[in-house]
Amino acid sequence: MNTLTKPSIETSCYHCGDSLPAKPYNSGGKLFCCLGCKGVYQILEKHNLSAYYTYNIVPGKLGKKNHQKFDYLDESSINEKLIDYQDEKISAITLYIPAIHCSSCIWLLEHLHQLNPAILQSRTDFLKKQVSITFSHDITLRKVVETLSTIGYEPLISLQDMVQKQQADQSGRKLVSKIAVAGFCFGNVMLLSFPDYFGLSALESNFRNFFGYINLALSLPVLLYSSRDYFSSAWNNLKNGILNLDFPLALGIAVMFIRSATEILLQTGPGFVDTLCSLVFFLLIGRWMQQRTYHYLSFERDYRSYFPVAVTRLINGLEKAVPLQELQIADRILIRSNEIIPADAILLKGEAKLDFSFVTGESAPVNKVLGEIIYAGGRQLSGAIELEVIKPVSQSYLTKLWNNESFQTIKDPIKTFSDKASKYFSIVLLLIAFGSGFYWAGTDLNRAAAAFTAVLIIACPCALALSSPFTLAAVLSIFDKNKLYLKSTEVIEELARIDTIVFDKTGTITNPDAGDLHFTGTLSQEQRQAVSDLARNSGHPLSRELVKWLGLSPRHDVFHYREMVGRGLSGMVNNHQIRIGSANFLGLQTTVKGSAVHIEIDNYYCGYFIAAQQWRDGFKALSGQLSVRYDLHLLSGDQDHDRQCLSPFFPGTQQMKFRQSPQQKLDYIKNLQKDGRRVLMVGDGLNDAGALRQSNLGIAVTDDINNFSPGCDGILDGKAFGRLPLFIKQAKDAVKVIHMSFAISLLYNAVGLFIAVQGKLSPLMAAILMPMSTITIILFTTLCARYYARKNKLL
Amino acid sequence: MNMIFILIGFSMLLALIFLIAFFWASKSGQNDDLYTPGVRILFDDDKPAEDTLKSDEDHQAR
Repeated sequence: MNTLTKPSIETSCYHCGDSLPAKPYNSGGKLFCCLGCKGVYQILEKHNLSAYYTYNIVPGKLGKKNHQKFDYLDESSINEKLIDYQDEKISAITLYIPAIHCSSCIWLLEHLHQLNPAILQSRTDFLKKQVSITFSHDITLRKVVETLSTIGYEPLISLQDMVQKQQADQSGRKLVSKIAVAGFCFGNVMLLSFPDYFGLSALESNFRNFFGYINLALSLPVLLYSSRDYFSSAWNNLKNGILNLDFPLALGIAVMFIRSATEILLQTGPGFVDTLCSLVFFLLIGRWMQQRTYHYLSFERDYRSYFPVAVTRLINGLEKAVPLQELQIADRILIRSNEIIPADAILLKGEAKLDFSFVTGESAPVNKVLGEIIYAGGRQLSGAIELEVIKPVSQSYLTKLWNNESFQTIKDPIKTFSDKASKYFSIVLLLIAFGSGFYWAGTDLNRAAAAFTAVLIIACPCALALSSPFTLAAVLSIFDKNKLYLKSTEVIEELARIDTIVFDKTGTITNPDAGDLHFTGTLSQEQRQAVSDLARNSGHPLSRELVKWLGLSPRHDVFHYREMVGRGLSGMVNNHQIRIGSANFLGLQTTVKGSAVHIEIDNYYCGYFIAAQQWRDGFKALSGQLSVRYDLHLLSGDQDHDRQCLSPFFPGTQQMKFRQSPQQKLDYIKNLQKDGRRVLMVGDGLNDAGALRQSNLGIAVTDDINNFSPGCDGILDGKAFGRLPLFIKQAKDAVKVIHMSFAISLLYNAVGLFIAVQGKLSPLMAAILMPMSTITIILFTTLCARYYARKNKLL
Repeated sequence: MNMIFILIGFSMLLALIFLIAFFWASKSGQNDDLYTPGVRILFDDDKPAEDTLKSDEDHQAR
């Protein structure tokens, strides 16, 4: 096995695949980049779990330096809400673990019992990134979570988890059951109908009646169970004065059943039972295609999934974890590095350096002094601080913003093309049915009834009802392959109608990871090497970026290394005293703005690195393509220091707005909509949440689709950002395909109607025409959608 | 030819059994996660510690 597991390149960490430092950590001949990776390897090795490394090379993810504290899990009030099931002996819990990414993860997480025998069973759901764990009461929930955390699979436990337990998708299962029943009946009915279509002799007429009765019996579950939704939907819509496609469908199904029942019971004919069953079967499949979206992605997140479950409260100097809801005014709380401020509070102790980028869009960290009010939602970057709560969580700035009425506006349901078309279709259909009925009524009552029912049966818009779901489902899966995940199929039609696009700046059009660095000053190659070697030891994002930017492999060892968290580093490299960090750290007086990293070698000031915003890949090309047809706007919560570099992308200065609060962003969108614009909002953070909701279509850009993203209609992976124009083009083509397939199915209907109005429609004709039109539509829409995708370079 | 009545009865019964089996499978959640079981089946069986050495040799012999 050893030969299999050896990584091909010895220069990368055995656990996570990161490049190795000058002095890698060694354990059993394997090399590691950091103590965290080595620790995980040793734990797994000890518990005979090293097969973890055989399924994938470097399956681990770089362990985060600071682990969350899980003391709050010992509180029974929190515990109860998280646990799915509990009795005297065992408990069961489902945890969301964002780190799940490969088959090794599944293997390891399903072998947790080897790590701790008190964990009885663990099952992974890979797509949902969830693990269901059953554990005996020999260990606490906290211990289970900490065990997961030590091997690099830290679960994400958020407030929303507690408020709203994810339920198994019951409606999806029900639909599948309905399809199964319809399919079962359809298959049997078809077989039993064949003899009649092929002709039965007079001798075999008792078979005809027998088959007819069985067919009728089989159609009952289809009518009463499978197609129930169509009847209730048609009825509800009629009550509200809406004529949608469900009305002619329900009417067709009802008429078909009544006519079949009379024909079979009066022994005058075989009826249309097989057409009825096939119709319902195909319709339900279309509905299933439409519903089959990403149930494992959450589009309905709000601030609660961003907030932690509990916070550390200080009572007489003692730390105690309390659930957020129990936090009261005048409570003293302790916020550690990298934790989120859950409620508006006053700073009492410590150095507050807060990252508000998610809430306000401002990218630079904010420093706060003692006694200042800190609003909820900021993330503390430097060491621990103590705060006094001045507003309960539900009354805090961020929460109030969210609960603001305008944020709660429920979007009008998207009007789809088929909704609009079906209204006219239904009216015309009824006119033809009654017209042909009256025409024959004068001469032949039987023929009048036959014509009337035949029209309703043959014009039952099955193919019509399927053209949208199948086209859109095909496009949805094409988008999915290109890393755009939409909430529902209707969103595609809305995307095609967009005429105005509004972008957020921070995190949306700028790339949060790859900040470009600029160096001002002089550094020799040798000095660059020394700076790189020193910075390599720090976990600070700027140090990491600096190392990446310098792109030098480690050479020298560092002595006397010291790091002041969030301020700077110093150390001896190659007999030179090097200090890098903020101006404050080096005792400099500078006028350099933004987050600069100053360099001092042997007490001689060499210059500074400054991080500049970098646009996402393809943003330039994207704005060029889009500005031809669409009106582009920019809304940023940030200061306007990027105005100059952005002006080429956005036409007028009035189209760029800086220092926008979330409410202002929302109002801006509202004003655009008042002018009759259909707005696409592209944003990322909580500060865009209101605008995303208000816009006709809100797309959240994120670099990890399982990370937090605010409520939206679609989630776009940052890597696919440049393809936005292609997505819009494809959406437009999809609408074109729907129009074409509507035309085709109307053609089929016209042929059927031509026969039906004469009252000459035979069951055999219906049995051929209906499935044929359906299959034509399914093939046409799927192939056409793929053809356009290829043309748009999305496949 | 009257045999047909019985045969049709049997065939319907058989089909009904499959339908019920599908319902049972759906209700017990077998269709909820269609991805993970496919990965899970490829994992080797658990081996006790002393067996690992022997299986190493097996791997190398191959």
